[in-house]
Amino acid sequence: MFLAIELAWWQLTAIKLGAVLTVIPLGSLVLVYVFLFKMMSHMQSRLGPMEAGPHGSLQVLAEAGKFLQKEDIFPARADRTVFALAPVVVIVSTFMLYAVIPAGPDLVVEDLDTGIFFALAVGSISVIGVLMAGWSSASKYSLLGALRAAGQLIAYELPLVLAVVGVVIQAGTMSLQGIVTSQAQGEIFGFGLIGNPFILTQFVGFVIFILAAQAELTQTPFDMPVAESELVAGYMTEYSGFRFLFFFIAEFGTAFALAGIAATMFLGGWYVPFLPDGLLGNLIGPAVLGGKIMVIAFLIFWMRFTFPRFREDQLQAIAWKFLIPISLVNIAVTAVLKVVF
Amino acid sequence: MSVTSQPAPTDWQKASYVSAQAADARINLELETEGMILNIGPQHPATHGTLRIVVRLDGEEVIWAEPICGYMHRGYEKLTEVRTYPQVTTLINRIDWLGSFANEVPFILGAEQLMGIEAPPRAQWIRTILFEMARIANLTLFLGDMGVQLGALTPVFYAFRDREYVLNLIEAATGGRFHPNYDRIGGIKDDLPRGWVDECKGAMSKVRNFCDELEDLLMGNEIFQTRTRGVGVIPASIGLDYGLSGANIRASGVDWDLRRDAPSPLAWKEVDWKVWTHPDGDSFARYWVRLQEVREATSIIDQLLDGLPAGPIMTKVPKIIKVPAGEVWCHTENPLGEMGYYIVSQGGLGPFRCKIRSASFSNVSIVPWLLKGVYIPDVITILASLYFILGDIDR
Repeated sequence: MFLAIELAWWQLTAIKLGAVLTVIPLGSLVLVYVFLFKMMSHMQSRLGPMEAGPHGSLQVLAEAGKFLQKEDIFPARADRTVFALAPVVVIVSTFMLYAVIPAGPDLVVEDLDTGIFFALAVGSISVIGVLMAGWSSASKYSLLGALRAAGQLIAYELPLVLAVVGVVIQAGTMSLQGIVTSQAQGEIFGFGLIGNPFILTQFVGFVIFILAAQAELTQTPFDMPVAESELVAGYMTEYSGFRFLFFFIAEFGTAFALAGIAATMFLGGWYVPFLPDGLLGNLIGPAVLGGKIMVIAFLIFWMRFTFPRFREDQLQAIAWKFLIPISLVNIAVTAVLKVVF
Repeated sequence: MSVTSQPAPTDWQKASYVSAQAADARINLELETEGMILNIGPQHPATHGTLRIVVRLDGEEVIWAEPICGYMHRGYEKLTEVRTYPQVTTLINRIDWLGSFANEVPFILGAEQLMGIEAPPRAQWIRTILFEMARIANLTLFLGDMGVQLGALTPVFYAFRDREYVLNLIEAATGGRFHPNYDRIGGIKDDLPRGWVDECKGAMSKVRNFCDELEDLLMGNEIFQTRTRGVGVIPASIGLDYGLSGANIRASGVDWDLRRDAPSPLAWKEVDWKVWTHPDGDSFARYWVRLQEVREATSIIDQLLDGLPAGPIMTKVPKIIKVPAGEVWCHTENPLGEMGYYIVSQGGLGPFRCKIRSASFSNVSIVPWLLKGVYIPDVITILASLYFILGDIDR
């Protein structure tokens, strides 16, 4: 530990739990305010919320409060248990993503050897929650949305994983902490000042990862499952109150986490050149990671506000005919170059 | 149905096609299901109001569709019978509420025809200018809204922003942003306010910028093109059979525009402009044609402003307007398509009977034919590209 005090296991666990429980709502609130409220508004030549707090910054809290006050409605023919459980399943999946993302030399909840593998595996649990929500709502729009979501999330899971493989080959480890270290210690043709952020060598993988992450988050142009003009709100149609808020937080929490994973794998994570070790490094690390997350999130939301959405078949065609073959080629080339150099 | 001609199939291709069809039929017999009935509307984001479309789905494929209108029926045809002629314009403003002024013009022209009077030239020119402004106010919203239906949120805000300039000018001239109620039998209510002409020119250049912007942002977008090209193709003959009009039929290659093709006292014949058509007949063509029409409308307005004649705005009409007995059919090219009034007068203060032909009602009638075999996302694309206003369907 970087602090000079020894903590019991349960104390450490409590701290970690508290940290993750703060980061998820905080991260999603920041994303909602900065991108969904402000950036979107300015891109659309309007101001967005301006009244609550300085420059409308407390509007997110007002929105959260609004959702908490709303009636918790169960549709008459809904499967009540499953309906109630679905948002929890989705948010648990988001919650577990945060367990492996390192925010500093020692700041990680659990540095698993198979960190990235774990993250992608738990990330796909949310599909079950989405299917549960769609099925139990007893609404046709929800059902269509859930089936679309299932098809899409499974299809884009593949390019997401395959894009990661290139990084794993290059770093030689699946541990996210290890990937950061290997970028920090890497050098480009003997020039090691900035390390070797994998976005330089794995640019193709980066692009594929961002596109697939966009689809995993069901954001435009891949927002078929929640297509507002077609399916009202997809699998979330029948939800209200805090259960809807759960879905909402999970969506943006996952966006934050996936941006964090992308930042860790391709932009060097918490590392910047001349980062001091010890306590100072652990304090600067989260800020650095946060900055990189905002850069990635900006890309994701920029796409979201600009493009129209794909149709289901076009969306599947992009995954199977375009992203997956390219990522396979990327893996092959990376493997060959790894042997050569 | 396909527009491009294809080489004649060989015997081998024919045989494989027939066998594939047979195999398909057998599989479908085994897996035949009843399908799911889905009500799109009356409350749904894609129906611009309260149109209800009942679709029977196989998976996400539509196998049968029927639009059900009447949720917003306000009985204007009947109401006109108990109103005097000057009162009717207030009602018919609310038919196509995005381009209100364009609704008034054909009715007033019809009444003027029956009375045998004609408005002075200045009034006709101002009518034409406001008619084209109504077209811009109506179609710019379509240009943005199509993006929303396809999932792009940004264009519609640009549309609202630049449409505002036009609405402000309409308000400055007429006193009403949405429902001007400005046209009178024998002329118009007021003359244009001072400075209006210059401001109008500025607004027109803003609208032209908006068109360029949308061409870059939405129409040139790859995703937009893959979503709209080849979707909802209406062949010209079928479109004519269903009574389509306006941009919907011009996008199928039919060069027919009442502004040019029907005799009218309005000032379109005085300026130099072009009727845009597109050969494809798909959703993209309909969008493209409307975008060009907005551009063309700005150029028409610019030319009309340059040549605006001086003179009175009202001809001599009696204090109490009585229209002599007779029947008249008067139609114009409104933003949504052909709009006409068949007025039967028996010499009273109001019409004895007034049949309103509004464009959207006919345009929507093709929906059952067009939606067969498409997927749900394309249903939205097609409905958006047909572009109807609920008030214009139900009246």
